[in-house]
Amino acid sequence: MWQFFHKLGSPKWFFGISTRFMPWLLAGGILLLMSGVIWGLAFAPKDYLQGNSYRIIFIHVPTAFMAQSVYIMMASAALVTLVWRMKLADVFVKAVAPVGLVLTFLALFTGAVWGKPTWGTWWIWDARLTSMLILLFLYGGVIALDRAINDEKSAARAVAVLVLVGVVNIPIIKYSVEWWNTLHQPATFKLTEKPSMPAEMWVPLLLSVLGLYLIFGWLACVRMQTEILSREQRTRWVKEFVMKGRV
Amino acid sequence: MNAEVRPAVRLASSSVGVLAAMKGVFARDMRVAFRQRQDLLNPLLFFVMVVTLFPLGVSPEVSFLSEAGAGILWVAALLSVLLSLDHLFRHDFDDGTLEQLVLQPQPLFLLILAKTIAHWMLTGLPLVILTPVLGVMVHLDGNSIAILCLTLLIGTPVLSLIGAIGAALTLGLRSAGVLLSLLIIPLYIPVLIFGTGTVAAAAEGASVGAYLALMGAFLMLALTLAPFAAAAALKISLSNA
Amino acid sequence: MSEPLLQAVNLQCERDKRMLFRELSFSILPGTVTRVEGPNGSGKTTLLRILAGLNDAWTGELKWCGTPVASQREAFLRNMLYLGHRPGIKPLLTPTENLRALMAGRRPVADAALSQALQGTGLTGYENVPCRNLSAGQQRRVALARLLVADEPLWLLDEVFTAIDADGVKALEALLQQRAAEGGAVLVTTHHDLALPGMHRLTLGAGGAP
Repeated sequence: MWQFFHKLGSPKWFFGISTRFMPWLLAGGILLLMSGVIWGLAFAPKDYLQGNSYRIIFIHVPTAFMAQSVYIMMASAALVTLVWRMKLADVFVKAVAPVGLVLTFLALFTGAVWGKPTWGTWWIWDARLTSMLILLFLYGGVIALDRAINDEKSAARAVAVLVLVGVVNIPIIKYSVEWWNTLHQPATFKLTEKPSMPAEMWVPLLLSVLGLYLIFGWLACVRMQTEILSREQRTRWVKEFVMKGRV
Repeated sequence: MNAEVRPAVRLASSSVGVLAAMKGVFARDMRVAFRQRQDLLNPLLFFVMVVTLFPLGVSPEVSFLSEAGAGILWVAALLSVLLSLDHLFRHDFDDGTLEQLVLQPQPLFLLILAKTIAHWMLTGLPLVILTPVLGVMVHLDGNSIAILCLTLLIGTPVLSLIGAIGAALTLGLRSAGVLLSLLIIPLYIPVLIFGTGTVAAAAEGASVGAYLALMGAFLMLALTLAPFAAAAALKISLSNA
Repeated sequence: MSEPLLQAVNLQCERDKRMLFRELSFSILPGTVTRVEGPNGSGKTTLLRILAGLNDAWTGELKWCGTPVASQREAFLRNMLYLGHRPGIKPLLTPTENLRALMAGRRPVADAALSQALQGTGLTGYENVPCRNLSAGQQRRVALARLLVADEPLWLLDEVFTAIDADGVKALEALLQQRAAEGGAVLVTTHHDLALPGMHRLTLGAGGAP
């Protein structure tokens, strides 16, 4: 068990193993995402209330879902950073924070695009959109703090503390924003909360969520490898890798 | 030279109790603050000025002010606490007091709690005391002012506690002030929502006991968790110094 | 042979991608004064901060009286005194108030002992003047008064001789020796030409290990 843990923390080991997995992650991800999106956009039935404009959920929901789960993953890695000081966990947090930011932004953007035909306005202070906006702020803070600290070990640990504080706050923020929403705009039409979704709608949705997960995995590996190379540039294995092109 | 007989080491086994140490930290912060009274007034002046901007910048009409007043006061209080947070650890960091604090034998999170309580008594509490005056100026009715003061009384300590984490994380960084705001404002949102929401609910005649209890729960959560996070952050920042 | 107070085994510290020292092992015995030497940037301050527990970007092992420091942090902190470049003196407080505040988390000290310590560092008459109105050397002396009331056996002193006049230096040297004679141990970094009889040296920089 400890051996495994130790290995898992080794950047070199990760570099080798991830290189082997990455093509599969990318291929599987593209396959699932494409089939989900094409099915959703072209073949899923029209919504009885919103017509075709609802189809953006096949992009909006996966990005929004990923944006939130990336933060949870970051928080788990942050805990590992603080408790076991595993190098790879630092690298993960640093590598995926910008990805989370972009996903959150995409979720907000697609939400706005969806809002235009549905509510007739680009932005509405809907509970979900507002929560996503605050999530965007949280990601922004994490990235800003990481950039502001020069020493990478200190940066990793400070960021880990911030991410954990954030993850404790996320449910509180979500709950209070929902409460605020009912206080100010009593029950309007809500995003994504349909009473029941026919299988023709949720199966493609599920496919695109899974596809995005795999693509995220691939992207995380790419970014982590870049970060590892820059951090370990003085070690022998990185020098050999640069010379020979393999580990 | 090892041949000589060495005297025995006398190790101390006990140190000052936790409460006495916390009292020491608290007393020093209070004493320093009262030596520099201008620093105490600054957040209050800022509070008053921000509130003044709203009638000037939006509308002086009674209907607008009495509806938005509680929110304006809450946002202004939040900003002025935010402004004062930069000082929480900065001077101690610059003169080395913080190193000595970290090296005290007592648990660091309790010493930080003492510092945070001092910070609240020097910023949050004066804001609460000033609120009735400003409440009258933005045409809030008596009941709303009372509820507003109550929410600020419960809410401002939460602002200080969460703020301590941000102040500790950004200690010693360039442009720490702006960064501190970026990190902390999202975390302030729940307190702000419930602070203003409670006043709004009271204005509509709803019973606010449950909301106040919920804010009390926020305070308890912040009291128990925030000092730990701030202590961890402080050690990281000092280690980097 | 007495047991070492503080023991460092295979310390390694890297800062900003530069190795400050590696495989650094030493023991600090009671009754000794040790001067940490090395050129600028060799990690003297970092080493003292690591020993004090302020810096945690290192690997290796630190033992206090034979047991890892990490497992008895409170006992270690209670018996260790660290004075850094910035000695923890508040400019707005008077020397007496500063000393009292510094001792508040350590042990109760009578006011008489405080004024005696200030007297001992030549600050008589300045006890109730805010420190910002004192000269740099006088402010430094307030920190040294902290040493006079100290009962901690281990002292880690970073550049304590800075800004102190000749008389002050003599008094401080005597103080370090007295601490050693009482069974304590002192680690000190200084640019001042310090050469006490029986002083140990710990040289950093060239390869690290002494």
